[in-house]
Amino acid sequence: MASEKAVITASGLTKTYGEINAIQNLAFEVRKGEVLGFLGPNGAGKTTTMKILTCFLAPTSGSATVAGHDVFESPLEVRKNVGYLPENAPLYTDMSVLEYLEFIAEVRGVGAAQRHAKIKRITDLCGLGDRLGSEIRTLSKGYRQRVGLAQAMVHEPPILILDEPTSGLDPNQIVEIRELIREIGRERTVILSTHNLPEVQASCNRVLIVNRGKIAATGTPEELQEGKGHNYFVTLDLGGADGAAKGAEAALGALEGASRAVETEREGTHVSFRLEAKGPDLRGRIFKLAVEKGWTMLELRTQAINLEDIFRQLTVDADRSTKKAA
Amino acid sequence: MNMGSNTLAIAKREFRGYFNSPVAYVVICGVLLLVGFLFFFFRPFFVVGKASCRELFTFIGMTFLFFAPAVTMRLLAEERKTGTLEILITMPVRDAEVILGKFLAAVGLLCVMLLLTLPFPITIAQLGDLDMGPVLGGYAGLLLEGSAFLALGMLASSLTEHQIVAFFLALLMGLVFFMLDWALPYLPGGMTSVVEYLSFGYHFEGITRGVIDSRDVVYFLSVIAVALALSFRQLESRKWK
Repeated sequence: MASEKAVITASGLTKTYGEINAIQNLAFEVRKGEVLGFLGPNGAGKTTTMKILTCFLAPTSGSATVAGHDVFESPLEVRKNVGYLPENAPLYTDMSVLEYLEFIAEVRGVGAAQRHAKIKRITDLCGLGDRLGSEIRTLSKGYRQRVGLAQAMVHEPPILILDEPTSGLDPNQIVEIRELIREIGRERTVILSTHNLPEVQASCNRVLIVNRGKIAATGTPEELQEGKGHNYFVTLDLGGADGAAKGAEAALGALEGASRAVETEREGTHVSFRLEAKGPDLRGRIFKLAVEKGWTMLELRTQAINLEDIFRQLTVDADRSTKKAA
Repeated sequence: MNMGSNTLAIAKREFRGYFNSPVAYVVICGVLLLVGFLFFFFRPFFVVGKASCRELFTFIGMTFLFFAPAVTMRLLAEERKTGTLEILITMPVRDAEVILGKFLAAVGLLCVMLLLTLPFPITIAQLGDLDMGPVLGGYAGLLLEGSAFLALGMLASSLTEHQIVAFFLALLMGLVFFMLDWALPYLPGGMTSVVEYLSFGYHFEGITRGVIDSRDVVYFLSVIAVALALSFRQLESRKWK
């Protein structure tokens, strides 16, 4: 399945910890210059996959290649081509930012002659210029995350693997780091993991949704949303009669094209519903239904199903239905 | 990329790390105070009636029991706990370079500590005629024995992510090797020579007398090699399927 431009390929990747399957039979590829978002709830196997791609762990079975080298056969070659930021940016807190980056650059094989220039370039890019002398232990979480990014990129690797690069940052920092990643993504191949959806929409051109160690969906954010239909948000005044809310939910769900309706909120006699539906606009039908049933309509609006809904469908709802089946 | 430069870079960082934290100062001061106390309390140079450093070397050798676990406990355990190990070994370095670099840093600290004990033999030399041969031999022996203790500490640190556990594990292993020859009188005849051969004391004894026997050197180097190889296996075990 490896296409010519694929820089990362994984096939049949499986990792078991004792009884637990962290990932099962993962197969995917990442093409050159792509920013791939690895999306999934906690414990879905994102981190495990990244650890395998960086040769920190070996898969129980299956194989992966990075930059044309097998992760198990030639780990040193793989590592030379990769910059890796593990979750929570673990750094040597007793060193200053400059000392730390010098150490990393040295071990990364950046020659002494270029070291200074490369460190300067990356620290400017990451906004660390004024913190070079600070001990890492004194830095805030946001700055540590930047140092983590800087260490992953100081040797200018063609491939970057970033495990939750924006976790623990404040909203302003998140925007900055996202811009940084987009900037980097122009020249390099990036895999980043996250459970933060806006992040994927902001910085990735392809998404891989994983759940319970399996790939649940893959595509560009636009592809994933395409043809998924709309959400309708309806708020009605039902007068507080017993069972009225249940009846309304059923009636809404029975509309043609509706896949399901759920009650989302109740405030006195006001009840809100969310209706998922594909096909033509249902707003007129909902209005007529309300007139027919004598409901007072307080609000009606519609919104295209977004990545967040898809993610929820693929993870939470899929889990629920497997539980029911079992 | 050659093997040596990575090892040295790691060793350098680790060695500097000792002095960036209170570890080096506290441990070295502790050792010097303890040796100084034993030295002036027992005043071995008067009991024997002639200038000799043998007892001094025995004292210093005893402090290794604590010195080695204290300086090695964090080497791998801390990195595993904080996750920094993940960045370190996903760089283009071999696992062996990680182990070797860290071990060298600990040996470097041992050298600093040994240098700081020099005032003791100098004091003794003031009191009488001191034969320099056994003194040099004694220091060579201390370096070897100390390195063997450090290698055991490294192994302990590779087995756990808790520094305290690593400390006591290293102390325990050190004690076993250290006290083996105390058990000799209680052992059946056939076993004594084997157990004697395995004990640190037996080999160290020869060296402090000023005789550097290649068998003793080989013994300490083997202990170091085996302990480091086991640490390497332990570090690598994360990749076992």
